Amino acid sequence: MTSPPVVRVSGIRKTYGRTVAVEDVSFEVQRGEIFGLIGPNGAGKTTTMECVEGLRHPDHGRIEVFGLDPVVDIGALQSRIGVQLQEAQLQKRIKVWEAVDLWASLYANTLDADRLLDQLGLTDKRHAWFMTLSGGQKQRLFIALALINDPELVFLDELTTGLDPQARRAIWDLVRDIRERGKTVFLTTHLMEEAERLCDRVAIIEHGRIIDLDTPARLVARHCPERAVVVATAHDDAASRFLAIPSVETVDIVEDDGRLTIRGRGDDLVTEVIHCLSEHRMRVTEFATEQPTLEDVFLKLTGHSIRD
Amino acid sequence: MDVLQPCRRLGKLTWLELKIFAREPMGLIGTVAIPVLLFMVLGRTLGVRLGDATSRTAAMFSVGLPVLAAVFIAISAVLSLVAIISIYRESGILKRLRATPLGPVTILVTHVLVKLILTAVTVTAMLLAGRRYYPAGDDVPMVAFMFALLLSTWSILSIGFIIASLVRTARFAPPLGSLVLYGMLPFCGLFVAIESLPSEMQVVSRFLPLRYSVSLLSGIWQGDPWSAHLGDVAALVAVFAVCTMVASRVFRWE
Repeated sequence: MTSPPVVRVSGIRKTYGRTVAVEDVSFEVQRGEIFGLIGPNGAGKTTTMECVEGLRHPDHGRIEVFGLDPVVDIGALQSRIGVQLQEAQLQKRIKVWEAVDLWASLYANTLDADRLLDQLGLTDKRHAWFMTLSGGQKQRLFIALALINDPELVFLDELTTGLDPQARRAIWDLVRDIRERGKTVFLTTHLMEEAERLCDRVAIIEHGRIIDLDTPARLVARHCPERAVVVATAHDDAASRFLAIPSVETVDIVEDDGRLTIRGRGDDLVTEVIHCLSEHRMRVTEFATEQPTLEDVFLKLTGHSIRD
Repeated sequence: MDVLQPCRRLGKLTWLELKIFAREPMGLIGTVAIPVLLFMVLGRTLGVRLGDATSRTAAMFSVGLPVLAAVFIAISAVLSLVAIISIYRESGILKRLRATPLGPVTILVTHVLVKLILTAVTVTAMLLAGRRYYPAGDDVPMVAFMFALLLSTWSILSIGFIIASLVRTARFAPPLGSLVLYGMLPFCGLFVAIESLPSEMQVVSRFLPLRYSVSLLSGIWQGDPWSAHLGDVAALVAVFAVCTMVASRVFRWE
């Protein structure tokens, strides 16, 4: 990538009283990508993001957004960024169109409000009070408010927390649409599945520090190279045949029904297992591969699950 | 940048907040309807009985009652502000608005304006309704009385901001606000003349804005010129200046 990064964070530290919320955090967000800051609640995601948005001052370190200081140049930045805050609310009895209209009145360049509401599936709710919206509708309204000024960079903080899986998937599609329109997205999430499906690159943060940063696929390949294949077969000496494959490390018989879990390393594991099945003409009633996920990466890096 | 832009934003947000307030029936009844009704009922009952009387009691009621009603209007406006600010903060509305180009001053001035507008509406309704039933209603300088009340409300609102800043949760802010604001009533000279209060209470009353509000409101109601109450006006402005300075130090957005 030749263009300069949209966000550049170098060695920021932020404390609240004696609690260190963020310590020596550095990363860059590139133009046109979906960048995710992932980690458990209280890891420092929101603090970091709010420093980049100019809502908080870091105690140490340097932040540049489009080459500007987000605290000093907040006025110049506000027209170029869109913000969705974690757990924010609006006035209970504000109508959807009133909120969008108010936000639109604050910026010189804005998108067409009706079209935006239509794209976000809120046209029917134009005259509804904020308090009557469902969780998904509220979040879609906050996306509308974050996009109304046609920003180049959009911040989304825990966008899908508290939503049911269906609403969550609909929101993911919307976030991908934002990227398709050439925007840069900076999001935080504690949902590993969300990060894996949505983000081009992720930074894993824990106890206020970034412990690794890369594309989800490379993080998985780096920290969890193990693969597993689950096969159900009645073949007598299946286990010993699989163990003979060079990349296989262990074979566990899961249940009495002949289901085997074959574990090993390397990208060739699945191919070699399939090759072995056909070579020995084993009859297979079930076949599944198990890929490690970011969840496994997190577990490996921190020694605990993200939900603990 | 457009010079008028901040004014337009302020106007837009104020109009929006007024509409939102009007959609909450309980708020509207509590702030506007109840003071007016109370004044009408009391005015009618006492007005008939005291209509021709010239005794001190009658004078006290003819001045005291409207001033008391006005003070209640001011206090309920401030309490409503305390409640709204603490709810807005607790639910993240203040933070969300602050992350826009609106600017903190616009957001806070909006709430002051909303309360002053509602106070003006309420006192106008009260005076119009009272005119029919209240003997002292005819020659009262209504516009001046309204300005006196707006000045009082504006001054006490700054105390509201301090209360809203110091109390962390939306649940405790209104009770504490009531305690502080209604707690000022015994010191304000409305029920007992300041001179007949114990000397310690007289000292305390000197630092409370309500004393100056009551003095200003009763004076204006009786037809005094503003020049006779410059001291009261100065005291109310001073309370506003000091409390606003304190509030700007302790105010929290989240």
